[in-house]
Amino acid sequence: MASAVAQLFSVRRELNANTRIWVIIFSFILPLAIWSLISYVPFVWHPKIEITSPGDVGYFSEGMLVDREVFDSELQKVIKEDKELPEGFPANPVYLPAPHEVAVAFYTAFTTEPKRRSEKWLHESLWDSIQVIFWGFLISSIIGVPLGIICGTYDFFSKLFEPFVEFFRYLPAPAFGALAVAILGIHSAPKIAIIFIGTFFQQVLIVSNTTRKLDPSLLEAAMTLGAKRMTLLFRVVIPGIITYLYKDLRILLGWAWTYLIVAELIGTSSGITWFITQQARYKNFENVYAAIMIIGVIGLTTDLILAWIGRRLFSWEREMAKT
Amino acid sequence: MTHLELPSYLEQSENVRDRFSRLKERPVILEVKGLQKEFDTPQGRVTALKDINFKTHRREFVCVIGPSGCGKSTLIRILAGLENKTSGKVLLEGQEVSGPGPDRGMVFQGYTLFPWLTVKRNVMFGLEVSGQGKYIAEDEARQWIELVGLSKFENSYPHQLSGGMKQRVAIARALANQPRILLMDEPFGALDAQTRAKMQGYLMEIWKNIDITILFITHDLDEAIYLADRILVLKAHPGEVQELIEVPVPQPRSQDQLLTPEFLATKKRLEELIHPPVEEKEMNGDHMNMVRMVPVNDEVESVF
Repeated sequence: MASAVAQLFSVRRELNANTRIWVIIFSFILPLAIWSLISYVPFVWHPKIEITSPGDVGYFSEGMLVDREVFDSELQKVIKEDKELPEGFPANPVYLPAPHEVAVAFYTAFTTEPKRRSEKWLHESLWDSIQVIFWGFLISSIIGVPLGIICGTYDFFSKLFEPFVEFFRYLPAPAFGALAVAILGIHSAPKIAIIFIGTFFQQVLIVSNTTRKLDPSLLEAAMTLGAKRMTLLFRVVIPGIITYLYKDLRILLGWAWTYLIVAELIGTSSGITWFITQQARYKNFENVYAAIMIIGVIGLTTDLILAWIGRRLFSWEREMAKT
Repeated sequence: MTHLELPSYLEQSENVRDRFSRLKERPVILEVKGLQKEFDTPQGRVTALKDINFKTHRREFVCVIGPSGCGKSTLIRILAGLENKTSGKVLLEGQEVSGPGPDRGMVFQGYTLFPWLTVKRNVMFGLEVSGQGKYIAEDEARQWIELVGLSKFENSYPHQLSGGMKQRVAIARALANQPRILLMDEPFGALDAQTRAKMQGYLMEIWKNIDITILFITHDLDEAIYLADRILVLKAHPGEVQELIEVPVPQPRSQDQLLTPEFLATKKRLEELIHPPVEEKEMNGDHMNMVRMVPVNDEVESVF
């Protein structure tokens, strides 16, 4: 037993395959268990009382949530006056729905028709968001990756671009919201612009740094084999960093998602953000949680798919990890 | 070894003397004239190489040896064109060279194979870069891989090979370009003793059968004597040519010659040049301060 525990906590030793899977599953079960504990066990938190029958308290109504103290003092008053007692049960605030409510919302959010005809279904909102991310990230990468590689390869370009980029990346992307709307209108374009601003400047710096990490002796070897300028760039630099570059882009794509919510509030609110704010307004907090989690699920799934594609594309890398 | 009576390393048998005189009549491949290299360091200007002069002849095997800090790596990097010289000339078949080029192949200690290319594609690299068609390049690469005995591995990636195999690929890759001279910077330094001996054998085989001149850097005295026709001994601070030794061990070489009088005489001379007995103490205050830490009445009182 003691040795089994010692094995779980040995420094920088990999767990065996079986244990690993259980620990990974547990990493999701743990937060879920805490959430369930708070939601289903009455004495853990439950600061509110949900009224089931208002009794003779004038302002109580069925389904209303009141603070426990308020309920208690009203109850005392009613007892003193010998009137009909209000009834209720302990409940959590409206902003913390129970896991099963969110689970149901996962399904119903997709099947519930929008309240107004101009509003969009959840899957339509999601599709809008994905498009904004896709275009923002694509445009950023088309410019940012080559620029980063050139900066990492030639000191001249590094000194020409990087100081300004370094400065610009400190300017918060959302600050350009009003400007983006003034220039690009109120629909998708300014949102794509915000994702672009949020991603691009980090991207140039990260890619140039990755490029600089290439083992210089590989370049030297290539030069003694007769490679020059463009050949060096396309036959050594780019293939030499491509796997790291791919990993960088996966991380940067995650960052792009964090700019999405701000981006979508700009101009006419749209996409998943529009859905979240709308549902919060209707106090359908289980829908809000469901929507937030959907973002998480989409993010994680995309990353896993990209990781899988990466392993197919760069087969030498996979073999290298094994040895 | 001190009580062993050794001949002078300058004594050469008839055959060896005859071979050297014929060797020196061969055309000069590489000529270094008054080569000087200075660095700017925070402590001021340092001369790394001072007035280096030597010639290598066609199909000659020259080893460069010297204490650490003598600039032997700097020298070979200048010859390869990877570093700039301060003054002097490097002539390859009479033509002055500057910058790296496929006419001087280089093999590094760290293998430097491209990890994203298979063995075959690694060897094809130089051929493709010089503009040969894919099929011709592939054909030639196969021949070179066959030559170093790695045909079974032509589709493997470098990390799947052992150190010795990687270095054979690196040699094949350099030779595929058909350079005039092969520069080798401590190529077997990272290998274990057994693999190293095997690699030395392979290299001799290659050198015997191909029109290639080799300049080989090492810090291993046995390796230098075993491989070289002539050994260029450098001195440190500043790096200068101390002696150009003609190795009196007859060719073709084999591992059995390691204990012959000529071999040992040459080794003794190299030891004298590279590890002068007095200087070492003066040069650095780097030593241990060992005191006895075992009780006098300990069960194992002494290791002797």
